[in-house]
Amino acid sequence: MSDPEKPIDPEKEKRKIKSVKRMKAIMTDYYIDAKTAQQNNKKVAWITSGGPVEPLITMDVIPVYPENHGAMIGASKMGVDLCEKAETMGYASDLCSYARADIACATVDGGPIGGLPRPDMLICCNNICGTVLKWYEVQARYFKVPLFILDTPFIHTEYTQTVHDYVRAQLDEYITFLETHCGKPFDHDRMMEVGRLSIRGQELWQQVLDTTTNRPAPMSAFDAFFHLALIVTLRGTQTVVDYYTQLLDEMKTRVAEGIAAVLDERYRLLWDNLPVWYRTRWLSEKFAEHHACLVADTYTSSWCGTLKYLDEKDFLGSMAAGYARIYINIGTDQMADMVLDMVNKYGVDGLVMHSNRSCKPYSLGQYDIQRIVREKCGIPSLVIESDMTDARNFSESQIGTRIDAFMEIIQ
Amino acid sequence: MKDLAVLKAVAADPGNYVRQWKAETGGKVVGTFCSYAPEELILAGGALTFRVLGGSGGTSSADAHLQSYSCSLVRGALADALDGRLDFLDGAIFPHTCDSIQRLSDIWRMNAPTGFHLDVVLPVKLNTDSARQYMTQVLGNARTQIASLLGRSITDADLHRAIGVYNDIRRTMQRLYDLRSEQPGIVSGSDVHAIVRASMVMARQEFLECLTRVMAHLEGQDPGPPAGKRIFLSGGVCNLPDVYGIVQGAGGRVVADDLCTGSRGLTGRIDTAGDPIAAISERYARRAICPTKHTGIASRGEELVRLAKKERADGVIFVFLKFCDPHAFDYPYLKAMLDDAGIPSLLVELEEQNVSRGQFQTRCEAFMEML
Repeated sequence: MSDPEKPIDPEKEKRKIKSVKRMKAIMTDYYIDAKTAQQNNKKVAWITSGGPVEPLITMDVIPVYPENHGAMIGASKMGVDLCEKAETMGYASDLCSYARADIACATVDGGPIGGLPRPDMLICCNNICGTVLKWYEVQARYFKVPLFILDTPFIHTEYTQTVHDYVRAQLDEYITFLETHCGKPFDHDRMMEVGRLSIRGQELWQQVLDTTTNRPAPMSAFDAFFHLALIVTLRGTQTVVDYYTQLLDEMKTRVAEGIAAVLDERYRLLWDNLPVWYRTRWLSEKFAEHHACLVADTYTSSWCGTLKYLDEKDFLGSMAAGYARIYINIGTDQMADMVLDMVNKYGVDGLVMHSNRSCKPYSLGQYDIQRIVREKCGIPSLVIESDMTDARNFSESQIGTRIDAFMEIIQ
Repeated sequence: MKDLAVLKAVAADPGNYVRQWKAETGGKVVGTFCSYAPEELILAGGALTFRVLGGSGGTSSADAHLQSYSCSLVRGALADALDGRLDFLDGAIFPHTCDSIQRLSDIWRMNAPTGFHLDVVLPVKLNTDSARQYMTQVLGNARTQIASLLGRSITDADLHRAIGVYNDIRRTMQRLYDLRSEQPGIVSGSDVHAIVRASMVMARQEFLECLTRVMAHLEGQDPGPPAGKRIFLSGGVCNLPDVYGIVQGAGGRVVADDLCTGSRGLTGRIDTAGDPIAAISERYARRAICPTKHTGIASRGEELVRLAKKERADGVIFVFLKFCDPHAFDYPYLKAMLDDAGIPSLLVELEEQNVSRGQFQTRCEAFMEML
């Protein structure tokens, strides 16, 4: 725990990632732009975290992410109040805490930044869950603005031509929707450039994440949770490319100088599912006490996990597979295969799974993945029952005890 | 009457009926999970569709695969499969619905010993041309896949015959629903529930014949005592016959519903002219939707208010399974729309394995008094 009375620890100072400052500045500018969009005659679209942002960037529409906002609400420990407010509005306490927090926040302009700017349109891509469909329907009724749904059929086993054609056709409908609501034609040349930058940004993000294959790892999943915000929100811009270039340089320097995320790294762990936003620091310190570094996670890598399907020369066409085949829109056994790959790639000693009450498509199936990983790699795993934003579902003493016991097994 | 008793016996022990049917006919049985299952294709392939509702035993064997925050339907169904209570299945077909059923399909495919596995991933939105085109293609692909899994062909003639049977069932069910609404004293809610349950299990031609005789009998009956408060049941899966008894005990009568295990799957006609697959697809696009599907931002609310008014409902009781996200998300706006229309409503959350009967009864009584 940090103590303001304590003198600065040079060892700790050395391990701090310096790019954080730049990242904070970019995000502040971004939110100022978004909040002042109306004054600047710019349109704002709310979009799901897995949704295709590139056409918005092409059309100069400012993308705003209720899920990123949900994470901020969680991190600033304002989740419980807003979730309770949603419950008084009639939303069951079992529903996704991002959705509850956002639905409540919209009515009171609460949260850490006084609410999100009012949307001119809503873009909902269901590649992450069916919850976003219901959530965006709620917001479309509340704000009375047009809603575009990009329906990406779930890929249980095979990505078929039928699915591809359907998603591809919808991408054209998406562009028509934007042209209608922005009152200007879509610039396909600009889209090519945005697509190129999107791919470049994703490649750089993957390279940043891959620096943790080094021992010791120069950053941890907790750092990735923070630096993730840019690839989610501003994918397809030069800003993202520049920032991740800087971050990658810093990571390479850290590797060269042997600067580790966790002092005296002895154990390497893989995190599954969304972060526990209101307890990232506590969890990070808890694992660090055991000299364990969460070197990778299945969550932040989702924003570069479909690079293999993307094609710079036909970005629009390749977006269909790029968006339909993301990590949680595929079968549980395929997800297990990807976890196995990560276990090997990052040289992991154990798996930590956040069983997240808010996210059924991510969490249901974890027990089977856990079994498969045990059978195929023989590494131990830990399941933490919690929630990403609603702190009422986090039991510190219980989780602390379980982490301690788990680390004893790893040792 | 004898025919009603037959249907009630099937509803009381669906597994027993199916085992017997299989022994007698040597036919194949396919398990399905929601009202979007392509039943007409299964019947055209000569197999029997068995709607899996779970809850015929405990759920503990599902605990190794599913978290406690998945609904009792999902947990109960998986437990039935793992414990061998669905050993009569030759295969399972999962239409895409909610996030929980979506993952249940994966877990089922990886663990359940119930024969072949097929996912029929229908579109989530039903109100665009490309979505409808996709739906027709998916159903067309499913026709080929089902035929191959059942080891036979499915001809257009097979499809037309199956569509004919389902059209007759749905038309006759509509008569039953009309009768329930017009003369609620004639048929009890729990009888309707039993008939609906049997409709998801019995050989469909046999069910149709049985149902037709039941209707002929009921339509000649004395209207019986007045109904009490007219109640509309709204929600998803409701596999608790008790609900009707409790409503009745509290002085109400269920006169209509929009349940997934109710009118949603049993209404709507398939056009018999033209391409059969396109016609099946068209019915899905037009019938009342599940909250996991999208036809407009307020379409479910408008439909509910329209139906509640048409049925002259004194009140609406929402029966939701705990942890059913799609229904829980719609509840606040549905309630608000009913409030605006001056129709009172009550929300009851159910967990099939753990019904708090007393509490439900008390709340129902208080609600009836308020009406």
